[in-house]
Order: sequence, then structure tokens, then C-alpha cells
Amino acid sequence: MSILTYREALGRAMSEEMTRDPKVFLMGEEVAQYNGAYKVSKGMLDKFGPSRVIDSPISEGGFAGLGVGAAMAGLRPIIEMMTWNFGIQAFDQIINHAAKMLYMSAGQFPIPMVFRGPNGAAHMLSAQHSQTVEGMLTQVPGLKVVTSANPSDGYGLLKTSIRDNNPVIFLESEMMYAMKGEVDDAEFLIPLGQGRLMREGQHVTLIAWAKMVQRAMDVAAVFAEQGIECEVIDPRSLRPLDEEMIFNSIRKTHRCVIIEEAYQAASVGSWIVELVQRVCFDELDAPVMRVSNEFVPMPYAENLEHRVLPEVERIIPVVKQVLYMD
Amino acid sequence: MAKIIVMPKLSDTMEEGAVANWLKKEGESIDEGQDLVEIETDKATMAFASNAEGVVLKILLEPKKTAALGTPLCVIGAKGEKYNLEELLSKLQAAPGAKGPAPKPAATSSTSAPASSPTPQSAESKSASTNGGRVKASPLAKKMAADKGLDLTTVQGSGPAGRIVAKDIETANAGGRSQSMGTTNSSFAVAADRVIPLSMMRKTIAKRLLQGKNEAPHFYLTVSADMTRMNDWRTRLNKDAESSKDKSVVKVSVNDLVTMAVAKALAKHPSVNASWQQDSIIEFGGVHVCMAVALPTGLVTPVIRHTNLLSIRDIAAKAKELAGKAKDGKLTNEDYLGGTFTISNLGMFGIEEFTAIINPPQAAILAVGGTMVTPVVNASGDIVAKPIMKMTLSCDHRVIDGAMGAQFLKTLVEHIEEPMTML
Repeated sequence: MSILTYREALGRAMSEEMTRDPKVFLMGEEVAQYNGAYKVSKGMLDKFGPSRVIDSPISEGGFAGLGVGAAMAGLRPIIEMMTWNFGIQAFDQIINHAAKMLYMSAGQFPIPMVFRGPNGAAHMLSAQHSQTVEGMLTQVPGLKVVTSANPSDGYGLLKTSIRDNNPVIFLESEMMYAMKGEVDDAEFLIPLGQGRLMREGQHVTLIAWAKMVQRAMDVAAVFAEQGIECEVIDPRSLRPLDEEMIFNSIRKTHRCVIIEEAYQAASVGSWIVELVQRVCFDELDAPVMRVSNEFVPMPYAENLEHRVLPEVERIIPVVKQVLYMD
Repeated sequence: MAKIIVMPKLSDTMEEGAVANWLKKEGESIDEGQDLVEIETDKATMAFASNAEGVVLKILLEPKKTAALGTPLCVIGAKGEKYNLEELLSKLQAAPGAKGPAPKPAATSSTSAPASSPTPQSAESKSASTNGGRVKASPLAKKMAADKGLDLTTVQGSGPAGRIVAKDIETANAGGRSQSMGTTNSSFAVAADRVIPLSMMRKTIAKRLLQGKNEAPHFYLTVSADMTRMNDWRTRLNKDAESSKDKSVVKVSVNDLVTMAVAKALAKHPSVNASWQQDSIIEFGGVHVCMAVALPTGLVTPVIRHTNLLSIRDIAAKAKELAGKAKDGKLTNEDYLGGTFTISNLGMFGIEEFTAIINPPQAAILAVGGTMVTPVVNASGDIVAKPIMKMTLSCDHRVIDGAMGAQFLKTLVEHIEEPMTML
């Protein structure tokens, strides 16, 4: 067992997979000579050389498309988006080509590739650099969408994503790269579609992924002082989604709050609400509630950014509401 | 602190009321105990004293408008106080009476005789519609209530806008008993008083029989019938049943025979097979006789449908089936629906005669005693021993007059004394 940062855990996962399989390569802006904008690929150029760790031009549409072609030709590309805000440039390649190729070619061309990079708000990066994409990309048949909230999960899930024969959207966070956590020294993989029970409780289920898992854990700690036990679930992969874990928890707690860094309409959270009300209708003692971003472009000002994101002080009253606490 | 005053229950049977007259206007001050408003109930117009003091901030119900119990009447608070009406209304817990009558009729009965069967027509629909009659409860609370056989209309909701939530069902289960009327002096008590929480069946029995006895002006007609021929017929029927290889041929009880005779008599006297509907009387198109079944927990009155069209074997089979279901607690709502007349029989307990409370909204009930060997003076003046059964008909005088009841009983006695007249 070693203590690794989240960026080190992701770097280790990529290096192990590239060592294991010569078809795997990494491409993106500043991934090679600069060791990655956020140092996730630190040391990889020295280890694997410039034919497998490739600095791309500043053209997401271009190198994402190059990756799709490489995958069609039998390689297993990892395409790093410096952030997913820039990755939006590549949505045509991701949505129209990577996601659809297997279907459009009648199964001739599987696309075993990973698009990875930080997602969501970092700190004072304002409207164009603070967006989340999981809501948009879980709506695309043909894509898998994976998040993680700690180094160990990041390691195990990235390895599985690289080995998956479908295009996988792997969402990270600038705010988490320096996060430290224990990672087993022995190699392991975590299957997609398997959530993680972060904390057991019987009074209310909190569902959160990525950065929001920590918010949920902070909220659970506040309620624990009052003797109220929140169950915290991190679904980790959003497509496929561990629906049974969610349903089983709600069958126990009868109450649910979803915390997501996203806008409210047509989000992953709204999809989970739909599933829960349909499957667990008779189990619910209160409406399923969500805490989401305020519906405005992300402000630059620090205090306003804080106000827009689902922070602990905005989550607590909502949890109280479903618990019927006045 | 602003407070909402709601439509009070001023009589046992009151389910709705109207403001006859506001005795205080908006802006006027009022003390606790001072008359606030005159309320028109089903019985009388009564002044209602305020249970709060302050200033009448807002009047919410105009005079002459009928409203269910628990409907907000006005807001009383401090002079000039700012209040949020929406918030006050949402905090207001819907009183059980404010929710209208239970949507489905449950089993009922009487102290002396039973009673339960909802009308084929909607006798209760008028009061139900006054406030929509919808009970707000979370899906989980509904499921828990159904599992426990708890009637949601009897539960107070603690959630927003009076929503019944899981914890309300839990507390309703644990407590929820009313204060006992009398208390015993503990120094005389041999054992501690036992407080028995009311089951839903008991609550329904209490409610419906109180309604039956309060609303229907009862009168009683008693007759005797010579059971000689009925008993002969029964003996033959049961001998046949015993010797029959067909197991579906069931034995026939005295009650089955009486049920058949009653059904045939009702078909000839539709004015007794009827119901008071406030603005009209319904004479039912079908004869559906309810039978009282005693259970350890109370009494239920499942119905034998189209009783007058059934053979005696069919009546016996149906009665047996319903009694079995009742004892196993397996009667469904369907088994209760649509009764037009009820028979209560305590003959098997040695009761000679008794009177029963009408099972509303029916107009009559027949209380049947045991068959007693009795000295009777016959046509030639001799005293002879005869098996005599006494029956008492309780009638709702709003529907049935004495002569109508008497004519029905005359036909009934004819059918019993000479079963051939039923053909």
C-alpha cells in the first residue's frame, strides 16, 4: 500500500497499461515534453518515447479525430483533453464518430479508446473554463462515462477504461489532482457499473460523484453529530450506472438527495430521480431532491463561484427538508 | 404569533358547517372565550368562542359558504402583525374530520346487531366532495398504512401541507388512543384497567352505528312465525345433502331459510328494500341481503347478491363461503358492496328476541331470535306445542311507515309458515 496523489495514481495506471499493451499510446496538448499541463503524464515521455507519448497541436477536433482513426486501425489511444472545456471542440469526433463508428460500420470497427481530462469548475476559471460534460455525454449511445473521487478508484477505473473496447469518457478534476490516498501496490482493476458505498447510514441516501463525493461526506459528518446517519453512494461510472446499489439504499433509507456539479435540467441527477421514482415509488417518504449548480454562467469572483456550486451550506437545508426536520 | 382558526366540530354528526354570521370584523380585537362567529351546523346555529386572543387579521371564509371540518375560517394575531398566509396554511395540519369520509366502506356492526354495507348509490358522496377528500401521504406512508390496515383519514400528517409521512404512521400505530371516559378508583381495582386501542373495525362500527341510530328514526315491529314446515323442509334438504354423492350440495341452516324468505318478501315489498337519500328515497332494483357474521374483533356484514333469485342451496353455499372468508379475515371490499337489507340472527345463542340498529344507508334490518317450543292456542282452541321463532324488524321511519313494515312481515311469516308460497 502506498500513498499516491490522484495525478500519480492516474499516471501509474496509464504507464502500467502502456507497458502491458504496446497498442496503447497517449496523445494530447503538452502531455510529452511538458509532462502534462497537470503533470499526470510526468516521466512517461522518457519511459515510452515520442512515438507513444505524443504532443499534439492545439486542435482538439484534430487530435481526437486522429485518435478515432488510430482506434479504427487497431490501436488503443488515450486522448487527453487539457480540460473538458476544450474537449467541447472535439464533440463532433466524440459524438458522431467515436460513439457511432461500431454501429455505423455494422460492428466492423470497435473504438477502444479513452478521452480523459479534468471536468467541472476548478478555482476562479470563470464561465468558459468551469463546465461539466457528463450530462451531455451520458446522453450519447455508444459512450461510457466514468468518474472517480479518490486516487485508488481513479487508478482502478482508468485501467479498466483503457482495456474497454468502447470509447470511454474519463472525467477528472483539477481540484483533485493533488488529493492523496492509499493505493494498493498490487495491480487491480475496478469494473465499470459498480458504485462505491462511501458511508453507511439508515436515514437518508446522498448520491454524489467526482468532487461532490467529498461534499456529501462533509454533510454526512455534520448530520452524524446530531445522530442522523447519511448513507453516501458514489456511483463512479455514470454509464453504465449501478442502479441496484442506489435502489437498495433507498429501500433502506426511504429518502434521497442527489448532489451534482451540473445544471438541473436533463442532467445525470435528473435521470437518477426518474429511475428512483419509477422503481422505488412506494419506498419514498419524501420527494427526491437535488442540489445542483445555480443556472448562470460560472462567475469569476470567488464568493460568487462558491455560491453557484453545490456547497455544504446549500446541501444541509435540502437534506433537512427530506428528513422533515424544521 | 398569528394563528388560523378552523371550522370546529360542534356536534357528533357534524361533518361540515357554514358561517352564519361573523360576530367580529377584520381589524376588530377579540379575547379568548369571546364569541367570534356563528356557525350553522347540521343541527343548529351556534356561536363559537375564540380560542385565541388578538386581532382578527383576515377572514378566510365568507358567510353562507359550507365548508368541511378543519377548513380555515380566519387568522387571529397581534395588531399589525405581518404573517405569511401560505406558510400558516401549510403548517396547518389537516384535521381528520377535514378530509371527508373514508373513501371505502369498511366492516361494521352493532352492539346488538350488525351492520355494514355501503350503498350501491353514493349516499356519502356529497360530504366527500366538499374539499376534494384527498389525503396527502408519502408513498411509503401509504404502503405502511396499507400493510397495517390503518385508515389514512384517521392519521394526522406532520409533513408540509399536512402530508402524512412514515413517522406519522409509526406514531399512529403506537399511540393514538383517545382518553378514557371514566376512570376507576385504583383502590377498588383488582387488576389494572386494560386500555384497548381501537381497531379500524371497531372505529367503523362505532361511527356507522352511531350514524345509523342518530340519523334514522327507528321503530320496531315484532312477529312470531311457526317454524314447523320450515323445519320439515330443512330436515329433508339436509337428508338429501347427507345422502348426495355431490359434495357441492351443502347443508342448509335455519338462517339460510330465513334469508330466502326475507329475500322473496323484499322482492314483493320494494318499499322496505330502500334507502333514505336526503333529497329522495331509493327503492333498490335488486335484492341483496347482508348477513351478520360475528368475529372475535367485531362484526361484519358481507352480502349475498341477488338473494331473491338464488335457490336455497345457492344461498346456503354463498353464506358458508362468506362466513368462512369472514373468519379468515379474507373478505374483500367486493364482498361488502351493494347490500340493500340486513339480517342479524342471535338464535343460536338462545336469544328469544332482540332489536337491531339499522345498517345505514339501508332502511331496515331484521333481528331473528331462536326457535323456541312454545304453547300456542290453535284454531280449535286447544293448547299445542309449536316451534315458534320471533323476529323484529327495525325500520327507518323516514322511508318505511308502520303499515308498510307490517305488510312486509305478513308476507315474510307466510313464506316461513308455508314455504310453498315462495315459489
